[in-house]
Amino acid sequence: MAQIRIEHVRKEFGAFTAVQSSSFTIEDGEFFMLLGPSGCGKTTTLRMMAGLELPTSGKIYIDGEDVSRKPASQRDIAFVFQMFALYPHMNVGKNISYPLLSQGMSRADANRRVLEVARILGIENILSRPVGGLSGGDRQRVALGRAIVREPKAFFMDEPLGALDAEFREHMSEELRALHDRMGATTVYVTHDQLEAMQMGDKIVVMNHGMVEQFGKPQEIYDWPATKFVANFIGSPPMNMLNFHGMVGNGTESVKLSETTIAIPRLLDGASGDLSLGVRPEHVRLDDSAPYKGRVLATEYLGTTQIVTFNTQNGTVKARLASRDTVRVGDVTGLALDARTVSVFDSGTGRALLSVANQGVLSHG
Amino acid sequence: MAEVSLIGVSKSFGTDLALDDVTMTVPDGAFVVLLGPTGAGKTTTLRMVSGLDRPDRGEVMIGGQSMAGVTPAHRNVAMVFQQYSLYPHLSVRENLAFPLRSPMLRTPPDEIARKVGEVAEILQISHKLDSKSTQLSGGEMQRVSIGRALVRNPSVYLMDEPLSSLDAKLRADLRVELKSIQANSGATLLYVTHDQIEAMTMATHVGVLDRGRIVQFGPPREIYENPVSIYAASRLGQPRINVLPARLFPGAPMKAETIGLRPEQIEQGAGENSLVKRVEHLGDQTRLHLSFKDHDLITVTDAHTPLRGGDVVKIQPQNPFYFDANGARVA
Repeated sequence: MAQIRIEHVRKEFGAFTAVQSSSFTIEDGEFFMLLGPSGCGKTTTLRMMAGLELPTSGKIYIDGEDVSRKPASQRDIAFVFQMFALYPHMNVGKNISYPLLSQGMSRADANRRVLEVARILGIENILSRPVGGLSGGDRQRVALGRAIVREPKAFFMDEPLGALDAEFREHMSEELRALHDRMGATTVYVTHDQLEAMQMGDKIVVMNHGMVEQFGKPQEIYDWPATKFVANFIGSPPMNMLNFHGMVGNGTESVKLSETTIAIPRLLDGASGDLSLGVRPEHVRLDDSAPYKGRVLATEYLGTTQIVTFNTQNGTVKARLASRDTVRVGDVTGLALDARTVSVFDSGTGRALLSVANQGVLSHG
Repeated sequence: MAEVSLIGVSKSFGTDLALDDVTMTVPDGAFVVLLGPTGAGKTTTLRMVSGLDRPDRGEVMIGGQSMAGVTPAHRNVAMVFQQYSLYPHLSVRENLAFPLRSPMLRTPPDEIARKVGEVAEILQISHKLDSKSTQLSGGEMQRVSIGRALVRNPSVYLMDEPLSSLDAKLRADLRVELKSIQANSGATLLYVTHDQIEAMTMATHVGVLDRGRIVQFGPPREIYENPVSIYAASRLGQPRINVLPARLFPGAPMKAETIGLRPEQIEQGAGENSLVKRVEHLGDQTRLHLSFKDHDLITVTDAHTPLRGGDVVKIQPQNPFYFDANGARVA
């Protein structure tokens, strides 16, 4: 299997720059997510790795070999698309063996490989069935089978679950991840669904407007977003942004929000002007003694937890509370923010300020 | 606004029984969400109330009046569909005013202007009133189509997955808006979705549909905390409730075939050993994929758990649900 390295890759389509200058490394055996909204450049990045597009500038290495100018057929990778196309006139087994036979493998060897792959995917019993009558799940398994059977260096998947309904999607995402864990193949996966990225990925690259916003492990990105974009894109509901005007510097350990002092992790950087205090909904607690007040605008029951929306002097704040806590629309209550977990953002640049809490995550990315 | 009742309503399409003896009351001022997978009968139920389809048997009542023989136009219902269909050649203002210009209503022009302004305010599209509907984003178009229902004063609003084509962020915003519009106006709303988050967060009552039958009807909290069957229990809650053979754990009552465990019904650190197969960090929480006596289950733990794949963790049930061989709740 393979390590994939991207160095300063840029892609222009005429006057439009799809990917600005991306650099990151996908380690051997990783399940790697390219995440972002539509038009962010994630699919273009994947297509450049696969060789379906050539970069305008920059280098792509697979296992240390520069493949930047090589066509897809010479990169030894397999691509799984959102709309999996099967050959309708062939049965399941033939669909899977086709890539091997067309490479010139003997029928006996090909059949042996097909059986192996069918066992991994749990589709041994449908090998002689026509693909026409298959369920959506089985069709997808066959499409995967056709990708796996060649034993490529890496799998590239472009929203392979995008067309499925929520329940089945959950099931297939678990199956895909389990398959990856059994095979250990490097997998690069494009999605716009942050939950899917968190759930399946070993690492995530978050992209926006052709730029890499952040690169790292899911929990690190969630806890310590590098930019306001990431803070907003990852998490549902997203990170709260309490906007204020002021100045902070190296060593600052608290900020003033509407005359209330709020503790923050000690900063290692400074900024002045429009700033935001970022706090995740599960780090906002009800506390009658807290001087910072909010008025309840809405509650949303979610089973174990509930999301409560507050109006504060610095904007709307959402809190994730236990559903046994009783709150009523219109109540005014004190809100305590967990000081160890907050980030301060410079609204001008959109970037998080370095602090003792996030430096471990942000200084390497 | 008005109460809506279905009394013993059945409907077949060819040999498919779409609705099977459905009896349900949507109380005046309630926000009722019909929840179920594709084919459960949600949309058919809506079409019965709107008059777009007629029941084979049974009766639909709106505000105490039988709707037998009453055309959709005379039922005074307002519908919002998943696919918004706005008039592309009209401005947002004209689209919103259109239902009020119906010759059946004869609304005076200043009343139309007032209504349109008010609804645009509620839906935060006042600044777009003079735009062509084709210049709007998907979210704005769906707001306008909801607004077109709101300008009227119908007996009941009927909505068929109105948020499903919107992106996640906008859906979350509109959930809160719709709920507060309904709560403030006292409107009766019958809403169809397969999205459990919409059902839990907006509904005053959820009707769980299974192959044309209403299997449970009540507040979301009641269905979550006190489900009548495995099917109903599986409709709400993420990750989905774990259903395992009851004999795996001590203390199962007679007749119990399976045990149902939501994450909060699994106590960690006591009981018997399970193997951690996979740890999924979702940010605010972490999911543990466990193997317990050769059965898979999923539970939730602290976001920053030190647990890793291959670790062993003890688990035991805590106030679990029990179901019989047919999936009906026994304890």
